Amino acid sequence: MSERIGDYLDTVRLYGRYVGISVRSQLQYRASFLMLTLSQFVLVGSEFLGIWALFGRFGNLRGWSLAEVALLFGMISVSFALAEGCVRGFDTFPALVKNGDFDRLLLRPRGTAFQVAAQEWQLMRLGRLVHGVAVLGWAAVALDMAWSLPKILLLGAAIVGGACLFCGLFVLQATLAFWTVETLEIMNTVTYGGVETAQYPLAIYQPWFRRFFTLVVPLACANYFPAQALLGRPDPLGSPPLFQWLSPVVGGLFLAGALQVWKVGLRHYCSTGS
Amino acid sequence: MTAYNAVFSARFQTLLQYRAAAAAGFGTQLFWGLIRTMIFEAFYRSGAAPQPMSLPQVVTYVWLGQAMLVLIPWNVDADVRAMIRSGTVAYELVRPLDLYTLWYSRALALRTAPALLRALPMFAVAGCFFGMQPPPSLAAGAAWLAATAGAALLAGAITTLITISLLWTLSGEGVSRLLPAVTMLFAGYVLPLPLFPDWAQALLSFLPFAGLADTPFRMYLGHLPPEAVFGVLGHQLAWTAALVLLGRAALARATRRMVVQGG
Amino acid sequence: MPQIVVENLAKSFRIAERDPGAWGALRGLAHRRYRTIHALGGISFSLEPGELVGYIGPNGAGKSTTVKILAGILVPDGGRCEVLGRVPWKERIAHVGRIGVVFGQRTQLWWDLPVVESFELLRDIYRVPAKAYAGARDELVDLLDLAPLLDVPVRQLSLGQRMRCDLAAALLHAPALLFLDEPTIGLDAVSKLAVRDFVKRLNRERGVTVILTTHDMDDIEALCTRVMVIGQGTILSDGTLEDLRARVTRERWLIVDLADAAESISDPDAVVMRREGRRVHLRFDPGQVAPAALISRITARHPVSDLFVQNPPIEEIIARLYAEARP
Repeated sequence: MSERIGDYLDTVRLYGRYVGISVRSQLQYRASFLMLTLSQFVLVGSEFLGIWALFGRFGNLRGWSLAEVALLFGMISVSFALAEGCVRGFDTFPALVKNGDFDRLLLRPRGTAFQVAAQEWQLMRLGRLVHGVAVLGWAAVALDMAWSLPKILLLGAAIVGGACLFCGLFVLQATLAFWTVETLEIMNTVTYGGVETAQYPLAIYQPWFRRFFTLVVPLACANYFPAQALLGRPDPLGSPPLFQWLSPVVGGLFLAGALQVWKVGLRHYCSTGS
Repeated sequence: MTAYNAVFSARFQTLLQYRAAAAAGFGTQLFWGLIRTMIFEAFYRSGAAPQPMSLPQVVTYVWLGQAMLVLIPWNVDADVRAMIRSGTVAYELVRPLDLYTLWYSRALALRTAPALLRALPMFAVAGCFFGMQPPPSLAAGAAWLAATAGAALLAGAITTLITISLLWTLSGEGVSRLLPAVTMLFAGYVLPLPLFPDWAQALLSFLPFAGLADTPFRMYLGHLPPEAVFGVLGHQLAWTAALVLLGRAALARATRRMVVQGG
Repeated sequence: MPQIVVENLAKSFRIAERDPGAWGALRGLAHRRYRTIHALGGISFSLEPGELVGYIGPNGAGKSTTVKILAGILVPDGGRCEVLGRVPWKERIAHVGRIGVVFGQRTQLWWDLPVVESFELLRDIYRVPAKAYAGARDELVDLLDLAPLLDVPVRQLSLGQRMRCDLAAALLHAPALLFLDEPTIGLDAVSKLAVRDFVKRLNRERGVTVILTTHDMDDIEALCTRVMVIGQGTILSDGTLEDLRARVTRERWLIVDLADAAESISDPDAVVMRREGRRVHLRFDPGQVAPAALISRITARHPVSDLFVQNPPIEEIIARLYAEARP
């Protein structure tokens, strides 16, 4: 048992080393990094600006207040920013396969998904992260609710679960490169489209849409269902409180599933060569 | 004009090559348009107060946005950027040819070639399945086409300006990263401009970005009467001229700097 | 106890065929055709610990396929393979931790980092204990003369310097088996000698088993006690260089410098291959005529200012072997 713990710690330390290298090289181009981060902030900021303007015109969104929507917005933003920061290494994965550099990763005694993710840790995603935290902070205050310890833990778990979910989606998107040379942009619908969707309460969408984002890509488990428990209001979709409290786990399960698909892709790569 | 044609056909061929990518990009946009319209629908059902635009108008506006998305200057000419990064642009700068016109032609081609490929199927699908309305009158349609041409010229000028800004590494990075985000917002892609607060309307209609998408779309919708096309074109062309002059001046400055520094 | 055992290893690939031109591209949109390449048709060999084997063959013969299978990153279609007591592709992580691989054309070091930081990262990746790492690093730095390079970013190194660093990098975790793929390609003469010298010492003094894939015959001649030639997916020859030579041809070459340019040589037992001014290249079969006899005959009949007897260069041998293998 202690050996496994030692193993995990060793992997964490190695990851930390990779991150350090990545960050140092990004900071070398300090001006560029600042601009990128700022542009991320502006991008996300303008999205929230739109929401704020709409609430100014309509007053509410199907019974949801701006503060409640801000909670959802903040949660999913932070989840996405965390995922983007950690897993953007997979963006270059198709290129790795194409020019044969992936073989070098296979020749190292470490998991391939780990190595691919670790090779880049994007500092600029701080732009979305900072904005998301700010919105979350404002929502927490504006909601005027009692923040007990269990609720804070649930919030944290939900954010982490959401981050796992997005990581899983990025891994799936990259895994396609094992089979086809062309990148399937269609995955962007679920990543960027998913963030856009989850910024608003799931209840406002059509049933088929809701079902997709609960059962196929369980985005709703990343912020909507936990938020119901946090807000303490009855869910218009009728989900039981137990489910709401446990829903962050789904994100983790999704990531585990995605990594299994990665393994299948890896097996395919190793039997067909590059 | 030969530069325009060359880039146009090259882009066209490149786009045909990536079969899956072409279809998937379209799929992504459909999904996006769908989400936006659902969100707006939900908002419109949340309050009965009269709004500056009706829901059907907003829906059509969103789909117009998706159809014409490529027209928005969110990226620069990759070849030119590579040239600037590698430094070979120095040779171009000291040659006695009109580099601005060349880059402008390329920028125009960069924007318009893929726009055609994406706009036509988007109109077809959105019109048949997703509630995109046709223009209320022939005059509105004609006005929209004219305004779109103006938008293309304006987009070319903005793209060229971003490309030129890359010659200054520090500000170039900033401009090329920040401008797309700002453009999307002020062109009406986050929210149709009329839906922004009333106190912001004056600023929004002054800025050039409205001419990229918002005002042409509103001509299409009849939200702006067909007669307004002259005002719209005037606004677009005035900004285009201003940005072209700014671009030429900046390019001249960069050229002088290159010559002084020895390339 | 053999370190590597390969039995009847077979591997085929399916390649998608694409027709050229625009019409072909459009057809490619509808359906794809495939073509099967039989890379390995059932090869067998075994390696004892401490051998230094040259593995040569024309391009497309199956060299890199074999190496990839032995390294554990490719799964064969059939046959048996055991390296260091494991089936490589079944236990990838355990297996690759015990081998080192150097690609001549691609570095495994991180481009923007100083060399020593790449080393440290590899130390962590391979879980090398600190003391063992320090010892290995110091030794390799000393042997390969890397001290002035340690703080230099890899992108600033010359090809020869990079290769020496790559060699060190591959050995930091003290592998028992080393794969070298084109290690001297593109290197200047001095670097080539340094690399060869290092590999020889590594093998002779430390008993590291080395499999060398290369097109450079000088490397083979300088280093390898055993040579395996692969062509068209089968092993054409497996033995010493002498065995290889003998398998292809017994002939020897006689090069004669004539004192008088106007002379021409003819002899019933020797064939003139070519002539450059005063120099005549002859080939003969030592089984038919004793070299000494031929030499005395020629020197008796013609004014000879100098002469050499040599084996056909190994490139010639290999080329003939490849040509034989072609259908």
